[in-house]
Parts: sequence; C-alpha cells; structure tokens
Amino acid sequence: MTDTDNREPAEAIELPAGSRFVSPGSPGLFNGLFGQSGSKGALVAFASTVLFLVVAAIVILNSEAWPKVQNQFLNWEHFKASFPAILGAFWLDMQMFAVAEVLILSFALLVAVLRVLRGPAFFPLRVLSTIYIDLFRGVPLLLVIFLLGFGVPALDLPGVPKSPMFWGIVSLVLSYSAYTAEVYRSGLESVHESQRAAARALGLTQWQALRFAILPQAIRNVIPALLNGLVSLQKDVALISVLGLREAVREAEIYKARTFNYTSLLVAAILFLIVSVPVARFADWYTARDRRARTKGLQ
Amino acid sequence: MSDRVRLAGVHKRFGDKHVLKGIDLSVAEHDVVCLIGSSGSGKSTILRCINLLETVDEGAIYLDGEIITRRETDPNLVRQFVGIVFQSYNLFPHMNVLDNVTLSPRRVHGKGRVEAEDHAVALLERFGLSDKVYEFPDRLSGGQQQRVAVVRALATEPELLLLDEITAALDPELVGEVLGVIRDLITDGMTLILATHEMGFARDVATRVCFLDDGAILEEGPPDQFFSDPKMPRTQQFLRRVIDAGRL
Repeated sequence: MTDTDNREPAEAIELPAGSRFVSPGSPGLFNGLFGQSGSKGALVAFASTVLFLVVAAIVILNSEAWPKVQNQFLNWEHFKASFPAILGAFWLDMQMFAVAEVLILSFALLVAVLRVLRGPAFFPLRVLSTIYIDLFRGVPLLLVIFLLGFGVPALDLPGVPKSPMFWGIVSLVLSYSAYTAEVYRSGLESVHESQRAAARALGLTQWQALRFAILPQAIRNVIPALLNGLVSLQKDVALISVLGLREAVREAEIYKARTFNYTSLLVAAILFLIVSVPVARFADWYTARDRRARTKGLQ
Repeated sequence: MSDRVRLAGVHKRFGDKHVLKGIDLSVAEHDVVCLIGSSGSGKSTILRCINLLETVDEGAIYLDGEIITRRETDPNLVRQFVGIVFQSYNLFPHMNVLDNVTLSPRRVHGKGRVEAEDHAVALLERFGLSDKVYEFPDRLSGGQQQRVAVVRALATEPELLLLDEITAALDPELVGEVLGVIRDLITDGMTLILATHEMGFARDVATRVCFLDDGAILEEGPPDQFFSDPKMPRTQQFLRRVIDAGRL
C-alpha cells in the first residue's frame, strides 16, 4: 500500500463558508477564460450549430423562389456540362498564380531590402521604393489591371508585349509586391539591431550582414504572413478575367451567358476552394508549429 | 614600444547627450586594459568607437600608428584586426556553432570551408566546446554561448580583442568559465581592452585599470595602486560601494 492510497479524495476538501475568493455563481477563472469545459460544453456547441443550420435550411428551402434559384445555381446537368472547360481554364489560373508568386516573392524582397539600406548613397533608392510601395498599395488591384492591361497595349509601342496574360501578371506582381515588400520589411525590422552589429563587427559588409545574418531570420519571422498572401493571390488571379483572358472565371461567365444558368460560376468557386483551403490549413499548421518551436527555444 | 591603439581627445555625442568627453588612452601590445565605472559612464562606447561601430565626433583613434577615424578608412579592414565580444553574446540563432564561428573566416577572410572548419573545431576544442560543434545557440547555456562568441571573434585571428562586459549577462555560477577563457587569452599574449564589473578579476589580470566617470577617464594606473590607493575622491567612493556590495 502506497502513500497515495491514503490521501483524501480531492472532492472531500470543502471550501469554508464565505470564502474570500469564490463568489457564488461565478464560472471560475478557467471556465471563464476558456468557455465551458468538458463534454457538456461540446454538446451545447454541437446542438446549437445543428439547430441553426436546420432552421436556416428550412427557411431557405421553403422560400417561394427556392426552386427557381436551385435550378439557376445548383443544376447538376449544367455542372457536368460546364466542368471540363472551366477545369482546363482553371489550370491557366494556377500557372499564372505560380509565375506571379515567384516573381512577387523575389521582387518584393528586392524592394524591401532597398528600403532598409543605410547610407546617403542609397537615399534615391530608398525614396524610389517608398514611392512605389505607396503608389501600388493605394490603387485597387482591379484598376491596375485595367490601366496596364488596356492602356499599355493601346500605346502600340514596338517590342512591348500586348498579351492580356502578360499585363495581367505584371499588374498582380506590381500590386502584390508592394504589400509583400512591407511584410518583408516588418520581418527585417523584427531582427534585433545587435545581430547587425555582431555581423558588421566580424567584418561582414552591409550586404553580407543582410544576406547571412539578417535575411534568414527576417524571412523565417514572416513566413506565416507570406503564406497568407499566397492564399489571397490564388483567388485574385481571377481578376485578370476582366482583360478577356479565358481563365476559369471568364470561362464560367461565357457558359453562363450562353445558357443563362449560373451553375458554372459555382464550378469555378469550388475549384478555387479546392486549392485555397489546403493552403490556408497548411499556413495555420505551419504557424502553430513555428510558434511551438519558438516557445520551446525560450525555455 | 609603439602603441597598438591610441585614442586622442575622443568625443562622442548621442544627440545632446555627451557620452565621451575627451578620452585619451594608449594600449601597447600584450596590454590588458580594464575599463571600469558605473553603467552609462562610456565604457561600451569607447569599445564600439575603436571597432568603428560608432563614429567619433571629435579627436582621433590610431591603430598601429595609422589614423582610422577618417572617411577613407574601410571599417571592414579595421574589423579584421579588431575583434569584439558583446555582453549579450549576439550569436546568430539560425546557424549552428560551427557556422557561427566560420562565417567570417569564410566570407570575409576568404578561407576555404575545410580550412575554416578545422581551425574552428580546434578552437572550440581548446575552450571545452568540442561536443557543441553542431548545436544551435538556443541549446547552449549562457556561459557556453559566450564562450562560442569569444571563439567566433578569435576565429578571425584578431590582433586586438575588445570585450564589452561579457560576463554581465551571465548567471553567477557561469561567470567563472568565461573568465577562465579570458585568462587563457592573456596567457597567449592577446592584447585586450575589456569593460567589466568584475573588480576582483580586473585586479588579477589587468596591466592597467582605467576608471571612467561621466564620459571621462578620471583615474588610471596599475591595478595594485589603483585598488589599494586610489587618488580621486570619486574613485574612492566608487570602490567603497563596490566593496560594500561584496564585489571585491
């Protein structure tokens, strides 16, 4: 028989009447912070969700216009008929997405680095990158696509491409790089000044200090934010459709215009979701893992 | 013998804060100069000026007789001869110990990987870190991190080493191992300038002690004389406080 067997069960400890630290009816510190714990809380959450969905479904399905809407947006025949063409067009979206993302990650890094360079010699570059960032963060992406996609080809300059895909990607890169450069810059600024001093004190040049000491830490700090931008870019590629490029959204619209049925738009939406949801889950997973690794490092 | 380092009338201001008020200091080869004084008296700033991490507002600093505080100086060339170790170690957290130590030899001094790594491993072995070669800094104790930082500075084979309160951030029981490393360097004949709060250590190893107060060197001399017979009232007051605090 061990000591533990002799212990009183925990429930047997009674709080003295009129305890100074327990108010009657209080949920208690931990319950108050994290919601109701245990199976009872989960049951309530589940039941309320189901109840809400059932009520919503009854309201929608019983509405007068439902049969019409169902036929317009959720028609299985139209789903099957429009799917192959939209899937093929969606592949184009993904290709443009991949090209744009690679260009954004590199160009934004360059802009961010120019913006944090020290020394009077780099002043013009700092100003230039600041102006660029202010400009392209301030103009809606859709406008940039319109202006570059229709404007530049209209100039009819020799040797300048006219393809809507080219200018669509350029617009995405210019607009997204402005945001992404700021993400990188916040990462660069999150690395403590002493790291730069340590690198410079070892005789490394400003560039070498950036390349070997600062950037690797800065980029690691902003990977979650970069992944977030990835999710966002993945769907904004569809904006290039306004230039008449036959990517997924455009293809769906063409089908809709031909058949007067909106199901094709749903097809495009589902295709975008199939890609963006896993990326979003991955971003969350990575962020959580990175946070765990850091807290462990602190102990 | 000529001076390795000489500071002549060095002034430094941070905004309207006058942190160095005319510092004159000469350091000969194999000297061990200890800068002592309360926090904010300018010890660290002197070291950072010698390493050109800070610019000097007035006066000049000479390295082996050549003026280094002028526009034409390439700070990276100076730093190849002058190493510095900081209070907060400042190891690169994304690199393991070996990469931390070999970064400068490879990128600045143009050594090959094998040569740089052999030298680094030999140095790490010498300072009792041979089992930490592939560890990352966050897996090391403060004392181990600071010893790695010293090895990192030594790997570039500096002729002068600046130590900026390198035991101040350590747990008391870890101070000894780092002081032991400094003793080894002194035995090797390294020229050292160290800012320190370890008075007992300064008395043991210094060839000269400089007491800084409010941006000026108030009193300096050999440690025996300095600690047993300080001349200035301000020095006497400082040392009395240090003794009262049990630090000497």
